[in-house]
Amino acid sequence: MTNEKTVREPLFHISKRDTLPWWKCWLIRIAAVFAALVLSSLLIIVLVKKNPVELYASIFNGNFGSGTKTWLTFQDTAILLCIALAVTPAFKMKFWNIGAEGQVLAGCLASAACVFYIGSSVPNWLLLVIMTVCAILAGAIWAVIPAVFKAIFNTNETLFTLMMNYIATFLIAFFLNKWVKSGSGTLGILEDGHFPVIGDNPSLLTVLIVLFFAAAMFVYLKFSKHGYEIAVVGESVNTAKYAGINVKKVIIRTLILSGALCGITGLLLVGAINHTLTTSLAGGRGFTAIMVSWLAKFNPLYMILTAFIVVFFQKGANQLASDFPTLMTKDFGDIIVGIIFLFIIGCEFFIGYAIKFRKREKKEKTAEVTE
Amino acid sequence: MEKQTALELKGISKYFGSVVANKNVNLSVFKNEILSLLGENGSGKTTLMNMISGIYFPDEGQIFIDGEEVIIRSPKDAFKYKIGMIHQHFKLVDVFSAAENVVLGIDDGEKYNIKQVNSRVREIAEKYGFEIDPQKKIHEMSVSEKQTVEIIKVLYRGADILILDEPTAVLTPQEIKKLFGVLRKMREDGKSIIIITHKLNEVMEISDRVAILRKGEYIGTVNTAETNEKQLTEMMVGKKVELKIERVKTDFDRPLLELRDLIIKKDDGSTAIDGVNFYIRGGEILGVAGVAGCGQKELCEAIAGLRKLESGFIMHKGESIVGLPPKEIIKKGIAMSFIPEDRLGMGLVPSFSITDNMMLKTYGEGKSPFVNRKSARERANGLIERLEIVTPSTETPVRRLSGGNVQKVLVGREIESSPNVIVTAYPVRGLDINSSYAIYDILNEQKKNGVGILFIGEDLDVMLALCDKIMVLCHGKNMGIVHAEKTTKEQLGLMMTGALDLNEQKKDKVFGKAKDSNLTEEQWSAAEERAEAEKEFKEKSDD
Amino acid sequence: MGVFVSFLSGAVRLGTTFLYGSTGETLTEKSGHLNLGIPGIMCFGALGGCIGVSMVGSVPVLTVLVAIIFSFCFAGLLGLLYSFLTVTLRCNQNVTGLTITTFGVGCTNHFISQVNTSSFSRASTHFTNLFTFHENLGWFGELFLSYGIMVYLAIAIAILASLFLTKTKKGLYLRAVGENPATADAAGISVTAYRYVATIIGSGIAGLGGLFYIMDYLTGSWEYTIDAMGWLSIALVIFTVWKPNFGILGSFLFGGLYILANYVAVSFAMMNILKMIPFFVTIVVLIVTSIVGKKETQPPASLGLNYFREER
Repeated sequence: MTNEKTVREPLFHISKRDTLPWWKCWLIRIAAVFAALVLSSLLIIVLVKKNPVELYASIFNGNFGSGTKTWLTFQDTAILLCIALAVTPAFKMKFWNIGAEGQVLAGCLASAACVFYIGSSVPNWLLLVIMTVCAILAGAIWAVIPAVFKAIFNTNETLFTLMMNYIATFLIAFFLNKWVKSGSGTLGILEDGHFPVIGDNPSLLTVLIVLFFAAAMFVYLKFSKHGYEIAVVGESVNTAKYAGINVKKVIIRTLILSGALCGITGLLLVGAINHTLTTSLAGGRGFTAIMVSWLAKFNPLYMILTAFIVVFFQKGANQLASDFPTLMTKDFGDIIVGIIFLFIIGCEFFIGYAIKFRKREKKEKTAEVTE
Repeated sequence: MEKQTALELKGISKYFGSVVANKNVNLSVFKNEILSLLGENGSGKTTLMNMISGIYFPDEGQIFIDGEEVIIRSPKDAFKYKIGMIHQHFKLVDVFSAAENVVLGIDDGEKYNIKQVNSRVREIAEKYGFEIDPQKKIHEMSVSEKQTVEIIKVLYRGADILILDEPTAVLTPQEIKKLFGVLRKMREDGKSIIIITHKLNEVMEISDRVAILRKGEYIGTVNTAETNEKQLTEMMVGKKVELKIERVKTDFDRPLLELRDLIIKKDDGSTAIDGVNFYIRGGEILGVAGVAGCGQKELCEAIAGLRKLESGFIMHKGESIVGLPPKEIIKKGIAMSFIPEDRLGMGLVPSFSITDNMMLKTYGEGKSPFVNRKSARERANGLIERLEIVTPSTETPVRRLSGGNVQKVLVGREIESSPNVIVTAYPVRGLDINSSYAIYDILNEQKKNGVGILFIGEDLDVMLALCDKIMVLCHGKNMGIVHAEKTTKEQLGLMMTGALDLNEQKKDKVFGKAKDSNLTEEQWSAAEERAEAEKEFKEKSDD
Repeated sequence: MGVFVSFLSGAVRLGTTFLYGSTGETLTEKSGHLNLGIPGIMCFGALGGCIGVSMVGSVPVLTVLVAIIFSFCFAGLLGLLYSFLTVTLRCNQNVTGLTITTFGVGCTNHFISQVNTSSFSRASTHFTNLFTFHENLGWFGELFLSYGIMVYLAIAIAILASLFLTKTKKGLYLRAVGENPATADAAGISVTAYRYVATIIGSGIAGLGGLFYIMDYLTGSWEYTIDAMGWLSIALVIFTVWKPNFGILGSFLFGGLYILANYVAVSFAMMNILKMIPFFVTIVVLIVTSIVGKKETQPPASLGLNYFREER
């Protein structure tokens, strides 16, 4: 560079880098989470003006303060995990199903309807079977409608599934108003259709069922022929067709699976946990699950961790809200989760790309890191 | 008169990860000059030009315009220095009109007035002899119209240095002639033109000087008047290469694959293949020659069952395969591999490991719901050993292999399934000489085993040496099928450009219909009737 | 007649919320950003506006002005965050958008509890009353002149946005960026700048929808339902096939469908079915446009896709 003033090279430029070793990837991600936690701590300190240790104790207490609380944490993790598992095969196929919320609600509605209409006239075991079948069907139908249109007409699935969420919500509101004669729209506790309780722990069954699904989904995606097809379709539809894969069939089949699993989540919410029906049973978890799945790189085993992180901070924020009622609200959990997610999403950039700075002496340094 | 240098490059290098795209390139262009940039596929011509037009930024080196060093950070900078590039893949917005595309990105401070733009576009078109409707939407245009829009776009900005990336690849001979006329007019107008090509006859015809790149390195520049095609070829490929591809002698079997009266449409609804007949025997390599984009891709897709026929028959060993799903066609032993321009696309999943790519067509075998990765890994290992594929392991993603090794994996996998018909399009695209020869050897070996091979290629010399017969396509029409031993490059060239149609010359001979067809004439007409009946039935059931 | 007119003016009033949201989102989507953070951004805009109001109290013109500026800036800030993640850090747009929604809704619901809302209902009168003479003009006055300043502002913004997209060079460039960023880039248009600016301004406009909803439509009482308005706004973008001028009528139609239940004699249960109609209609539009496949009614071709020049 003879003339620095007139001849300016860009300060840095960005290029795609070869794959980093796995431990460096994780180092970057852990650093991101750490940075996010530091930022959230600062935020808490500024807002609450208390010793952060005290606050973290409160957050921890909210999750593991007692046996019941611990199990509730596990149960909530399980529910979020189950929805994340459900959206995963679709996302791996690059089918942007953001309708998990609606699919879960469809499952809730179907199982509650079973209890409401035939709950008192059939034995409990039969009722549970009918509930399961109906919930699976309802979830699957909710997911397969956009899938069919995507497969045949290439209708935008992101927007379609989004709209389906609201149809499900209003459908529930419709039935609640129909069922509840008082017009309050609030359904009390349903007496029938309760799942059996293992020992005296009402959460254990849910946790076990979802753990089983996580393992099954892991095997399904990694080792099964269906899983292989999903991966190929996700990478390139043209290649899939070339390999003789019936892409339409795979899309529809995968979304049936995805919806069915959402339906089961709805079933668990109604049959094993809440024993009632409201429009907010899914509670936005259909959306959160997408982030849980994406952050775990669509790996069902990592998802256990990412789902736990989300639940941990939401529960923690609830506790903060009750410990410091004038300063904190339960919504604070969403802020922390949002910050952590934004950091993790952002840090992927530093895994995928290398930034090369202008100065030559610096170049050697970055080259070292790149290798 | 001393010639003025318009553009000069000094020591330009560019790396993509570990791949060297350009290394220490020096190049200069004068005013009033047409410079050809010559090089094989993958020699770094386009990358180099992208650095001048601001798409890429060079890792090393300097660029001078009119003797002053400049930094071109973005296309905007390039415009500032009056550099304009016409990309091979047109950079046009489909839903915009021609004029809207032309005016994109111009910051002249003038108010946006589309009518004024329209009339200016017409003016420029008239000046250089184009035909264009400024209000026509791009998605309604033909390829040559789109190219016209691209050129006008650059002229509208008043570019003095024009770069054209393989402009003739998509044009008919008449259109090429017209284009060259336009280029000469621009040269007289004082402009510098760089034209990228790998067609020697065009280089000789249009350019004043020729610069040659080989594997990303600058080889030299020569005056066109003082050189000849032979010298250029030598500079382009390095040492003098005798194409000594062995043509294996085999006993031809009866036709394996017979195709009749094919009509196939492109995605945009235009006709890709228009009434073509041909057949492939076992132990035979049938070459398909033609300029890029004249129906080769659609033909491959139709045979593999990925594209439906408008009419016609494809018979495999006497049985129709029309309408079968791709899976069934694979099962019958028909393997298709198509290397697209980006070289990773149809046929391989870049992010998958070699093992996982090995399973692509066979993962469904067996009754187990799980894939058999163990056997795939064994096959991958076998392939790596046999074809000398350079890779750290069988679990390496294909994306990280070099081009030659990627293609070996693809072609190797197709052979692995022991097919009886291989359809292969551009299997040596972008490969170096040694890798190319490895691929030819693989094909010849299959030929010896009695496999029928359809070889769709770019390089006529290779096809003349490798193939037994060559079919020439021009705009989707079969211009005739010739014996490779009895024909010449010139004849093929004439047929490719539509100047020679053997169907007209030899009216008594019907090309592409085997005398010893697996089907008798009665059977053929019966097949036709059956298809007709099926079609009617379908139409009825649709109602 | 009276009921009908009040229904129509109610539709316009609620529809204005959607109009802000959809105009903002249309500008954003035209740049190729499918910003699913809009619900969170609208909440955040409402929060910003409310903070502004709580600071100034209820000084007639100033309150409205400060609220609008605060609202726009708050929402724009989230738009900036979204753009930084998707453009500069090349993150997945859907995931980023949903996270922004979580974050925005969380922030808003948390911080609104810290805001002193006592002055809101008085302050809201500055939003809702623009003209006073309309009362003498009967149905005409009620239908056209009875609204607050922000209703007219929304219509003006939508018309301006429409003119911008179709009649100006910058609008043409913006559409080019959303259709084919590689082409725009090669033509010397800064894809980065256009995406940033369109997303920030679009988010700011959408944020005003949140402010309007609280201060005008709900006359100053806080409700935690702004995000639902945000999702409806995204639906409206599809419904109007990415045209802000269609958005004016479309938003009033959506508003009408949403409040129809209050004007016709149906059961509580049926009200929900009526509220469902906008979403249902949007799906029908989505399906019909995808079947017809006309180029002019398709989403911007690169919607949801990030652009990186040196991609190989």
